[in-house]
Amino acid sequence: MRNLLPVLTVVLAIVGLWYLAAVWMNATWVYDQAAREGREVFLVDLLGETMMQERPVLPAPHQVAKGLYDGLFGQAITSKRSLIYHGWVTLSATLLGFVIGSAAGILLAVGIVYNRAMDQSVMPWAIASQTIPILAIAPMIIVVLNSMGVTGIVPKAIISAYLSFFPVVVGMVKGLRSPDAMQLDLMRTYNASGGQSFAKLRLPSSMPYLFASLKVGVAASLVGTIVGELPTGAVAGLGSRLLSGSYYGQTVQIWAALFAAAALAAGLVALIGLAERVVLQRMGLVR
Amino acid sequence: MKENDSMSPVIDPVIEARGLDLVFQTADGPVQALKDVNLTIGKGEFVSFIGPSGCGKTTFLRCIAALEHPTGGSLTVNGMTPDEARRNRAYGYVFQAAGLYPWRSIAGNIKLPLEIMGFSRDEQEQRVRKVLQLVDLEGFGKKFPWQLSGGMQQRASIARALAFDADLLLMDEPFGALDEIVRDRLNEEVLKLWARTGKTIGFVTHSIPEAVYLSTKIVVMSPRPGRITDVIDSPLPRERPLEIRDSREFIEIAHRVREGLRAGHGDEI
Repeated sequence: MRNLLPVLTVVLAIVGLWYLAAVWMNATWVYDQAAREGREVFLVDLLGETMMQERPVLPAPHQVAKGLYDGLFGQAITSKRSLIYHGWVTLSATLLGFVIGSAAGILLAVGIVYNRAMDQSVMPWAIASQTIPILAIAPMIIVVLNSMGVTGIVPKAIISAYLSFFPVVVGMVKGLRSPDAMQLDLMRTYNASGGQSFAKLRLPSSMPYLFASLKVGVAASLVGTIVGELPTGAVAGLGSRLLSGSYYGQTVQIWAALFAAAALAAGLVALIGLAERVVLQRMGLVR
Repeated sequence: MKENDSMSPVIDPVIEARGLDLVFQTADGPVQALKDVNLTIGKGEFVSFIGPSGCGKTTFLRCIAALEHPTGGSLTVNGMTPDEARRNRAYGYVFQAAGLYPWRSIAGNIKLPLEIMGFSRDEQEQRVRKVLQLVDLEGFGKKFPWQLSGGMQQRASIARALAFDADLLLMDEPFGALDEIVRDRLNEEVLKLWARTGKTIGFVTHSIPEAVYLSTKIVVMSPRPGRITDVIDSPLPRERPLEIRDSREFIEIAHRVREGLRAGHGDEI
């Protein structure tokens, strides 16, 4: 509860700044409109008219809140206008991509830690893969997979996995290498097999690193999915809401979709945080 | 000095080193870590290795444990090569830091080697109970390492090394990071443990009183290159109260160790 005041203060400050920005950015349209009608604009008019435009440059917070509320609760959830429908489309591809990406990341990390050739060869490629703009490569993945008959959520999930495997590889390599020389020597004195030192030492040591990178990974997954939805012709998903919003100048719709995506990401990260707490607590790593 | 161990023939040698050499290849060129080390350790002996840092005492212990590999000479542990002995789980090793796994309880930590070596669950429970008693930690099995003091953690790590009942216990400055009072108590306990279990113990330290108090044999080493300068067979009785440290014999041995350490440094100054 003690945290509430500072948090609220910051939120209020942001909302206040946002309103000011909305007035400032939407004012041009108000002045143009008034000039055309030959009337004068007073401050009160300016404040009122910048808050309720249908296609504002920057929608005011209450407009976005209303758009978000309409999208979430004002529609049947099967409707093409429902953010819940679009959110679910995005979420399902995100989860699939996240699972694929994390599994690939963990497997690659194990390979990098245990195999010298992989250690020297895989990492540069993994880093190179992340330097390619995802926006450039996403349409190609979609097109190639489509021509192979793969459609639906799988192509999006692959783009999502493409973004999410990287933080998992980096985190897991670090985690699997975190046991110090003494702990590895201890395993040697027991004549432990490679599998045993993996299961009893390296894997448990890597858990805190794994969860940290999963949090980054799941957020990246969501970004990947949304990017993957952009070139599919805006059929379904939060990405399509963003795209169709920008086609028709529906800025409120864009912002509502953005907030829905942010809330989804926050929820996913929070879920991983919860899993982290439970696992680390059971391992005795949380005091 | 070296005649010492040929004069009192060891009937049942556990460790035998003959002309042992170890050269590390480092970026600054080769470093002679051990040079012509000859030593025989008999069954049931308590042997301390003492010397300044860089004298190779830890390296020698690691050679016995097959964690380092000598570049010359011969070394046998229980009549086998160190590697074979390691594969036969011939020794328990206690490191300078307790190195308990933070995600395992104390009992879980002691079970670690038992799980790896494939003991049955019942046997594991039984052995955990036995060694916890041996190191005076009954009732702490369910605690996690961070809930224990440094001294207790080190005792738990000794329990872990004892759990699979190897005849040889190798300890690398196990109490180096603990304060004097805790160290005194643990020294007493180690002696009791040694009396009760009859294990052969190799013990690395840089404390003269610790070495003299604990050992039946004190191996004095000196650096650059790491070598043995003196081997002292202690005349002290096996039963040793802490007060023995004020006795004349104790002080005489301590004096000889100190002389040995000084002599080892002589060629440098």
